[in-house]
Amino acid sequence: MSLQYDLAIIGAGPAGLSAAISAAGAGLKVVVFDEQPAPGGQIYRNIEAVSATRKAQLGWLGADYAAGLELVRRFRAATVDYLPLSQVWQLGHDGRVCYRRDAAAGVVHAQKILIATGAMERPLPIPGWTLPGVLSCGAGQTLLKASGLAPDGRFVLAGCGPLLLLLAAQLIRAGVRPTAVFETAFNPWAALPHLPGMLGLPAYLFKGLGLLREIRAAGVPLHRGVTRLAIHGQGRACEIEFESGGRIGREPVDGREPVELVFLHQGVVPNGNLALSTDIRHQWDDLQRCFRPTLDDCGRSSSAVLSVAGDAGGIVGAAGAAAMGTVAGLAVAADLGRIDAPAAANLSADARKLLARHRAARPFLDHLYRPAQRWVAPPDADTVVCRCEEVSAGDMRRVVQAHNCPGPNQLKSFMRCGMGPCQGRLCGLTAVELIAETQGVSPAAVGYYRIRAPVKPVTLGDMAALDVPTREDAVHM
Amino acid sequence: MFKLLPDADRATVSVVINGRSVAVPPGCSAAAAMLLHGGGVTRTTAISGSGRAPYCMMGVCFECLMEIDGEPNQQGCLVIVSEGMRINPQLGRPGIRN
Repeated sequence: MSLQYDLAIIGAGPAGLSAAISAAGAGLKVVVFDEQPAPGGQIYRNIEAVSATRKAQLGWLGADYAAGLELVRRFRAATVDYLPLSQVWQLGHDGRVCYRRDAAAGVVHAQKILIATGAMERPLPIPGWTLPGVLSCGAGQTLLKASGLAPDGRFVLAGCGPLLLLLAAQLIRAGVRPTAVFETAFNPWAALPHLPGMLGLPAYLFKGLGLLREIRAAGVPLHRGVTRLAIHGQGRACEIEFESGGRIGREPVDGREPVELVFLHQGVVPNGNLALSTDIRHQWDDLQRCFRPTLDDCGRSSSAVLSVAGDAGGIVGAAGAAAMGTVAGLAVAADLGRIDAPAAANLSADARKLLARHRAARPFLDHLYRPAQRWVAPPDADTVVCRCEEVSAGDMRRVVQAHNCPGPNQLKSFMRCGMGPCQGRLCGLTAVELIAETQGVSPAAVGYYRIRAPVKPVTLGDMAALDVPTREDAVHM
Repeated sequence: MFKLLPDADRATVSVVINGRSVAVPPGCSAAAAMLLHGGGVTRTTAISGSGRAPYCMMGVCFECLMEIDGEPNQQGCLVIVSEGMRINPQLGRPGIRN
């Protein structure tokens, strides 16, 4: 028989950890699944080991990273079953969680499930982005945190968003200087009306300005208003070509830089395949340019069993995600009758206030770094959109027009885009934007790929070995 | 492609990448080991045969699908190295095995 829990949490980042702490504190029997070897999620990746043995790195990774240790310590102290290095490949509306760990599959049942799968980077499809030597900025930061690895040789960062500037600054502090930073979105005038919301978190504003100062002080050229990027090379990245509109009063520039490594980033979006595979209701977020689950203010979805917290439910940032986890964990405890609703509201009052401040600050950041159309629907016909099945933007546009494809699932049938091993994670949003642009409709009307379990690799042998009731068992009952 | 920073953990785990024995820090992923020592290419695609390398390092892009200890289709960024681990790129489409 499979194990029983009150609450199963998928993901051990800020949201999952906080939810586990608050739910376990309310007396719930909690299990936490996570793909990484240690708690913290991508944002606090490897925080325990770095804090213990790599003091210099802890310093230049910064105070916001170091702050994660406190959350991880509270999680370690909580009474929770924690399954690191596990991959959840299916969730059921009956509370079933199917996972793979130690090269074997398992199933647990829980009364409630909380999806806290966090964020992933929005793809930045440009010519040559599939070449070896091109990584995401998140990957660059993960290599730093997890293994102490830094780029060796000439490298640049390109794209937009806070992480682009943060990684540049962290590498500079580590003594590894980028050749240049190329910024593809920076819209201060669009963001300005939303500044009052940002003023609730002044430290974030100063942090952003500080990062810019560090990059300038290191003498790293920061190219703003970039309108075109292409990476060239035979078998690996060798050169990045750019066109930059320049600033007011300056001539546009273009050029080429020899590179060995390129780090791309274009903001973050919900890491959504697990939530999408459950068929809970989703909606298009036009400001964040992504789909996200439709949730109430406690993270409850359209399914009675499933809740979502943190960036997986719409981007709120690490501290906002932690607050949301606390709120969602206590709401589950109240829904299961372990604490009464006023007590849950009382316990989550501080977290709600914090969450409200982080939510209020988002529109400023979302407008400031909202990508232009050319960066989400690549104009170059040869740009690869679906990396797995190698489907180009030009081919996608042609087929959408020729067959009047209304959505990505029709396009998938014609072209196989989204059918490779990543299951559309890296082409889904681009396919949606391309179809919307070609058809002249909103992405909301286009919809998303239909995502089906298993959402992580699992072998037929693993599934056959599962201890689940068969049809014969049901007949004998 | 990548180097170990002076502050990193010492490379004490020996793994075999493309038949060559190299040392990496404990806790390092197979994909990171490939970026440090293996030239980076983790697979060639099943469609055009073009070379690919780890892109996201967090389990979403599947570019680091590798053959680890003889087992194909392993997400190298989610596998932590162990002593003597054999890490090879996955060339094209993996075959069906018993």
